Amino acid sequence: METFHIIDIPKTERITKLIDDLFANMPVIESARAKLITESYRETENEPIIMRRAKAFAHILRHIPITIRDGELIVGSSTLAPRGCQTYPEYSYEWLEAEFDTVATRPADPFYIAEETKAELREVHKYWKGKTTSELATSYMAPEAIRAIDHNIFTPGNYYYNGVGHITVKYWEMLEIGCEGIIAKTQAELDSVQVGDCDYARKTQFLKAVIISCQAVAEYAARYAALAQKMAAQCKDPVRKQELLKIAENCSHVPAKGAGSFYEACQSFWFVQQLLQLESSGHSISPGRFDQYMYPYYKKDLEQGKTTPEEAQELIDCIWVKLNDLNKCRDSASAEGFAGYSLFQNLIAGGQDSNGEDATNDLSFMCIQAAKHVHLPQPSFSVRVWNGSPHEFLIKAADLTRTGLGQPAYYNDEVIIPTLQNRGLTLEEARDYNIIGCVEPQKAGKTDGWHDAAFFNMCRPLELVFSNGYDKGELVGVETGDVTKMATFEEFCEAYKKQMDYCISLLANADNAIDVAHAERCPLPFESCLVDDCIKRGKSLQEGGAVYNFTGPQGFGIANIADAFYAVRTLVYEQKKFTMQELKEALVWNYGKGMDEQSVADLTTTILKKVRAAGEKVDEHTAAAVLSAVMSAKPSPERMARYEEIHSLIEAVPKYGNNIPEVDALAREMAYYYTKPVQDYKNPRGGQFQAGLYPVSANVPLGAQTGATPDGRYAHTPVADGVSPSAGRDVKGPTAAASSVAKLDHFIVSNGTLFNQKFHPSALSGREGLEKFVALIRGFFDQKGIHMQFNVVSRETLLDAQAHPENYKQLVVRVAGYSALFTTLSRSLQDDIINRTEQGF
Amino acid sequence: MSYLDTTGRIFDIQRYSIHDGPGIQTIVFLKGCVLRCRWCCNPESQEYRIQTMKVAGVEKTIGRDVTVREMIEEVEQDRPYYYRSGGGMTLSGGECLCQPEFTTALLRAAKEHGINTAIESMACASWEKIEQILPWLDLYLMDIKHMDGDKHKEFTGGENALMLENARKVALSGQTRLVIRVPVIPTFNDSVEEIQAIARFASTLPGVRKIHLLPYHRLGQDKYEGLGRDYQMKEILPPTAEHMDTLKKAVHAVCPLDCQIGG
Repeated sequence: METFHIIDIPKTERITKLIDDLFANMPVIESARAKLITESYRETENEPIIMRRAKAFAHILRHIPITIRDGELIVGSSTLAPRGCQTYPEYSYEWLEAEFDTVATRPADPFYIAEETKAELREVHKYWKGKTTSELATSYMAPEAIRAIDHNIFTPGNYYYNGVGHITVKYWEMLEIGCEGIIAKTQAELDSVQVGDCDYARKTQFLKAVIISCQAVAEYAARYAALAQKMAAQCKDPVRKQELLKIAENCSHVPAKGAGSFYEACQSFWFVQQLLQLESSGHSISPGRFDQYMYPYYKKDLEQGKTTPEEAQELIDCIWVKLNDLNKCRDSASAEGFAGYSLFQNLIAGGQDSNGEDATNDLSFMCIQAAKHVHLPQPSFSVRVWNGSPHEFLIKAADLTRTGLGQPAYYNDEVIIPTLQNRGLTLEEARDYNIIGCVEPQKAGKTDGWHDAAFFNMCRPLELVFSNGYDKGELVGVETGDVTKMATFEEFCEAYKKQMDYCISLLANADNAIDVAHAERCPLPFESCLVDDCIKRGKSLQEGGAVYNFTGPQGFGIANIADAFYAVRTLVYEQKKFTMQELKEALVWNYGKGMDEQSVADLTTTILKKVRAAGEKVDEHTAAAVLSAVMSAKPSPERMARYEEIHSLIEAVPKYGNNIPEVDALAREMAYYYTKPVQDYKNPRGGQFQAGLYPVSANVPLGAQTGATPDGRYAHTPVADGVSPSAGRDVKGPTAAASSVAKLDHFIVSNGTLFNQKFHPSALSGREGLEKFVALIRGFFDQKGIHMQFNVVSRETLLDAQAHPENYKQLVVRVAGYSALFTTLSRSLQDDIINRTEQGF
Repeated sequence: MSYLDTTGRIFDIQRYSIHDGPGIQTIVFLKGCVLRCRWCCNPESQEYRIQTMKVAGVEKTIGRDVTVREMIEEVEQDRPYYYRSGGGMTLSGGECLCQPEFTTALLRAAKEHGINTAIESMACASWEKIEQILPWLDLYLMDIKHMDGDKHKEFTGGENALMLENARKVALSGQTRLVIRVPVIPTFNDSVEEIQAIARFASTLPGVRKIHLLPYHRLGQDKYEGLGRDYQMKEILPPTAEHMDTLKKAVHAVCPLDCQIGG
């Protein structure tokens, strides 16, 4: 058995200070990149797009202001202000201009923006009118797809307005051969191109663009070397002076050349990680198996006495801090969906190597240690688990979980490997997978996975079944007939299937339009040169240069759909407790709660559209009359009472998440309504679509756009999170919920599933608590679940739950073998529990 | 009739229990108890009859009759987690020995399904009843609350002599692992002397290696109100972590038992 040198290395003061400095101020929006890219674009008007991109990238890297922050050992900052962000007008800019005055005060992820910056960006934006990827994408989309987006059936917003990101490049190649090595490879390919080749034009341009980009990256590092040298000359503190000289030395070597030490490897890694995100605004640029590709450098230095575990740990900690220095400003709606300034830079430790042997090493443990030291949202830290994972590794991971950081996420090799093989990867490639972004598995350096292609709300097509395909007076889905006349459950399911199939086809249309727009307007030469087989094929990733190309749109609301269909089958068709007509009315009247403002507005719009369609004139007067009629419309109290009764009947039937075979079987079946049709679509890069089932945090804002559903969910409340049961409906505890989730077919959901659980820290107290927690993960994974992550509730959460009990209805606390819904306890008992939380472990 | 058709009365099942017994346990809470401990955190367990209790303002029926077959199906559901953690089924209550036929049948069914078994009980029953469950029992988590018979009676409503005698008999039987558990209740048994007395007794029981000190908590308090009952221990605060530590040291001072705070 492998023995690990697990030592609890203490956190250094430097790390504390770096973090304090990083979070001292609100993040700032800077304009340097936007100005530079615009300058460059103005000069390259009629050149091939790939060349324009390379020249713009080079122009940015030569002129963007650089800084070395106080105490840094790893350098490279995309903004002068810590945690600042640059903007990317080539993708979209209108939303930012519209939000200039509110971006600093919005609730989710605010950014400060100076008046001067606003003026500079306004000036720059004039150039971009009509030139962005989002505008081109819109022009490529079918009108019905645009309509579906407008009606919130799905949202492809992520790549519609931003770069794609969602990739793990060959970091190891940059560490090994540096920019010079990559340039040499590219030059060799260029030399082999024959003038008569059919792809001569595009291939040579692409390869030249790669060379320009790699040269620019090396030059950028050289600027840091010069800056460090200059700062060292002025530095009075002899210790810091030496550090700066070392930084200067590192940056003059890497990433131009291959890394000669662990420290250089760290610095080289960082430049790649940073600059990929300066080239494009895509998020989820994921470092992947950092513990694997960094290990040879660590091992060698350690053996030669060039470093110590303590020094290496501090460097890793520095990288963890730097991963939080990068930032991205999204539009306010997306900011809610991705709340927490997250860039989803997923870094994973542990798991098997490509030969199927366990690859956990000392760095895997040090990654966990870094997450503990830094305790920040980035990287999105994950661990791979398989039957051969060292027990101590999982215990150490569990020990991180109980700090309440929400990390690591746990992934199951035993499911993911065959899942990826099913998508055409070789066994060796599949074994070497890592996770992109939230939960999306793929093989690094070979895949352009488009893993976060859209959020598809599975509840909306069900609403369309009840409205015969119409939404707010417009035909958005297909006409599946009057729902109240559907005589059998099968007929009802068939109608949902038709709506789903149609909406999924629109989703594919929208994604593919966006895909084409990226290929035409924003190919990325630097990112492409680090993914196979772009150089050989002479094509950017955006044009299909990767070995594996996927599009992964994720569905969410599976718990609501499963519960809804179970309730309809049981109560309408089997027990006939109420009719479909009654259910339809109950949904309109929100189970007797009446219409909220949003429903009133929607209904008014619908009626006005119908009036207009009938050829009548609509003025302010008619609008006001309709509005007041809608507002005063209300069924009799008896009817409203009946709707409430229908709600209690629905509440009483079994729900997904409690390990009840009939319900879980239906959940598995309903998930196929999304996952199966999705995989039939192809993307323009020559790859296929594959479904995911996870919402990030979009289940809240997108739930707000969804009316009442037959599972008893009230209108405009959150939809269920990931594959997790609906909030508060899993009443049999974590093992039952996990077993239900495991009953879905995770093998087909190759873009990932997300299962969240919440724990009170006392459930993880002591070694015993950790052991039992690990057994829970193992038990879930034995049943073929893919992913699990845990929120250990903090004292702050509990205090917030005391203040806002309505948001924490499902919060279970377990203390001393006693479990209860926190919000149902009296104040003094809640205080007791909060005090126990404080006692910690 | 198969023993699997034996019926019993339970009031709750709690899966993923991690503080009672080894590994991940499913606890079946049986209804009915011989004692009326003032601090009881499951007051709805005490009476055998099915009753109603207000929970967060809503009337809830407490107690239902089930067969061993139904229970074992439910307990089976967490088998993957028992397998990984070395857990199993724990019977609690109330006092499971108040329903000896059901308890015996349920423990037997679990063992015949390859599931580990434990009970949380104070052994307040005739020896015949205890004897019949032992072949099916892996772990006996036995409550000993006080060595002084009068004080025991005052706070729990029952004598302790029978329980102490049964504790010795269970230990001597050698048929199950026995762990002694002491609920540490301020004003009742939380002095060093009282805890040491129990520890001394426990250490004379053959085969006993462990003693658990379970600090009093008030988490059952709301249930008294829900049942329309008065909670007599309103003013009592849970023992502090420091005091628990003092007691643990006190146990170690008088006996070689492994003492742990909490279950």
